[in-house]
Amino acid sequence: MSVTTHPIVTTGNRRTAFWRLEGFPLIPFLILVLILFVAIFADFLAPHDPQIGNLARRFRPPAWQQGGSMEYLLGTDHVGRDVLSRLIFGARVSIIVGSAAVLVAGTIGTLLGIVSAYLGGWVDQVIMRITDTWLALPALTFAIFLAAIVGPSELNIIVILGGVYWTRYARVIRGEVLSLKEREFVRLAIVAGCSKRMIMWRHILPNVINSAIVLATLMLGIVVVTEASLSFLGVGVPPPKPAWGLMLADGKKGMMVGYWWLTVFPGLCIMLMVLSANLLGDWLRVKLDPQLRQL
Amino acid sequence: MSVEPLLSLENLSAHYVSQKGSRVIRAVDDVTIRLNAGETLGIVGESGSGKSTLALTILRLLPPAGRIVGGRMMFEGEDLCDKSNDAMRRIRGKRIAMILQDPMASLNPLFSIGDQVGEPIRAHEGASRATAWKRAIGLLKSVRIPSPETRVTQYPHEMSGGMRQRIVGAIAISCEPRLLIADEPTTSLDLTIQAQYLNLLRELQRAHGLALIFITHNLGIVAKMCDHIAVMYAGRVVEQGPVRDIFSTPAHPYTKALLNSIPRMSDTRARLQAIDGQPPDLSSLPPGCSFAPRCSAAFARCHAQAPPEFKLDGGRTARCWLVEPAQRTKPELVRGKAA
Repeated sequence: MSVTTHPIVTTGNRRTAFWRLEGFPLIPFLILVLILFVAIFADFLAPHDPQIGNLARRFRPPAWQQGGSMEYLLGTDHVGRDVLSRLIFGARVSIIVGSAAVLVAGTIGTLLGIVSAYLGGWVDQVIMRITDTWLALPALTFAIFLAAIVGPSELNIIVILGGVYWTRYARVIRGEVLSLKEREFVRLAIVAGCSKRMIMWRHILPNVINSAIVLATLMLGIVVVTEASLSFLGVGVPPPKPAWGLMLADGKKGMMVGYWWLTVFPGLCIMLMVLSANLLGDWLRVKLDPQLRQL
Repeated sequence: MSVEPLLSLENLSAHYVSQKGSRVIRAVDDVTIRLNAGETLGIVGESGSGKSTLALTILRLLPPAGRIVGGRMMFEGEDLCDKSNDAMRRIRGKRIAMILQDPMASLNPLFSIGDQVGEPIRAHEGASRATAWKRAIGLLKSVRIPSPETRVTQYPHEMSGGMRQRIVGAIAISCEPRLLIADEPTTSLDLTIQAQYLNLLRELQRAHGLALIFITHNLGIVAKMCDHIAVMYAGRVVEQGPVRDIFSTPAHPYTKALLNSIPRMSDTRARLQAIDGQPPDLSSLPPGCSFAPRCSAAFARCHAQAPPEFKLDGGRTARCWLVEPAQRTKPELVRGKAA
C-alpha cells in the first residue's frame, strides 16, 4: 500500500494574505500614494516656483503642442506660472486640508456619537437634534456662508469643513455604540465599577475606530471636492497659493480661447484623487465589516 | 450569638414602571434574605421569576425603568439604597463583584488579558498599569491558568472557552470582594467545563472567604454548591432555608414541584412531572398566592389572600398557607384539594 501525501494547503502568513485579497484597488491606492509622495516632496519635484510667474511666457501650451517647450511640460497660466509646479504644490494643499478637515470632523463626530449613544437620555436627544439640524443645511452653502464670515485661509477652511462634516460621523458612530453598549464586556466593565468615562474611552472608542477609519477614507473625497469648490468660488484657499480649485477658477476664462490645459489638468487631479479615495474607502468598508465580507 | 450578616435584604421590592406609570411589573417583591460571610446562597426559579433583577438591584444597576420601591439592603452595616451613584460605583467590582450570564462574551476582544484582569484594580485602587499587570499575573495563577506570564500578553481570541471563563473569574476576584454574585455563569458552557468552573468558584470562595450568591435554574448545581437556597416565584421568595432541609422536606408546593421535575438516573419510569400552566404575568398578579392557579394543594384562602412569610424551624421560611402555624395541626388540609 502506497502512502499518498496530500498537498498541504497553506494560507500564508497574515501579511501576505492581506495583500493577496481579491479586489484590492491597486491603481487607486497607487494614485493616492503618488499624490501623497508629490505633496511631501513638492519642493524637490517642482521645476519652477509655483507662485512667481514670468509675464513674458504667459499661456504657453503643454510641451507636446505646437509652441510648447520642455521647460514648461504642462504649459503656463495667465501670469506665466508653470502649471505642473502649481499642480504639484496644489497636491500638498489638497492633502493637508483634506486630511486635517477629515481629522477634525472625525474627532468631533466620533466623540459626540459615543457620548450621545452611551449616555442616552436627554444628552442623546440634544446631540442628535443638533445633528439633524446640521444635516438639513446644504453642506456647501453652509461652508460658503461660514467661510464668508471668517475669511479665507487654509486653517479656516480646515475648521469649517470639519465643523460641517462631523454629522456623518456622529450618526454612524452613534449607531455602532448603541449596539456596542449592550455587549457583554461593556456590562462586565460596569459591574466591575468602571466609570462612564473609562468605559467610553477604553471599551467603546477602540471598538469604533474601524468604522471611523472607513468613514475617513470615504469622507476624504467629499472634503477634497468641497475644498476645491470653495477655492473655486473664492472663499477657500487665498489666491497666490496654488490650490487645484483656485487653478480651475483662474483658468476658466481661458477655456473659451482654447487654453484647455489650465482647466483640464487641475480638474483631472481633483477627479483622480476623489475617485481613488472613494474606491479605496469602498474596499476598506467591505474589508473591515465582517458582515459585508461574505465569508 | 448573632453575627451581623454580610448582606441582609429586608423587605426589598424593585418594580419596573412603564413610562406613563400605568403598568407596574413587580419583578422583586418583598424579598427578605440574609447572607453571612463565607456562605453560599443559591437563588433558583423559573425564567422571569426575578432572579436577575434581584442581582441587579443589589448592585443598583437596574435599567432606567426599574425602581427600588421599598425595603433596605444592608451590606457590611450600610444601606446600599442610601449610597450615591458614585459611592455605588466604588463598591461595584471592589466589595461586590459579579459574574455575568455569558462569560464567553465578557472579554473585550481588543485588550490583552493583562489589561482586562487589571482593570478593576486600576479603576478602584488607582494602580499603575505595571502594578495592575503584576497583580494580574498572580490572579491568573490563582485561577489555575498555565504560564500566566505569557498569557497576560495574549488576547481573548487566543484562549479556549474554559480559559476565558477562568479569566472572568479572575477579574471578579481581582479586588478581593466580600460578595460575589454569579448570574447563571454556567448556562453557556458544556457539562465538563461546567463542573470544572463550579469547582473553581468553590475554591476561590474558600480561599478568599467570599460570600457567594449563585443564581441558577439548575437545582443540581444548587445541591452541589450552596449552603442555603431561596426559591423565587413571581418576584417573591416562596421558600428559603438550608439546602439539605429544603431538598429533603420541601414545605412549599412549588419547591416540591420543582424537585419532582428533575429527571433521576434511578427512575426508569419515563414520564417527568412538569408543573402545569404558565408563570403569572408580573404586571397583573392574582389577588391571592401567585402560585395558587398552578398549585395542586391550593384551597379557597390561597386564591383570596396572599400568604405572608411564615417562619419555620431551622431558620426556614415559606410563603404558603399550608405551613401557617395554626394549619400545621390539621394535616388533612395539607393534602386536601379543596378549592
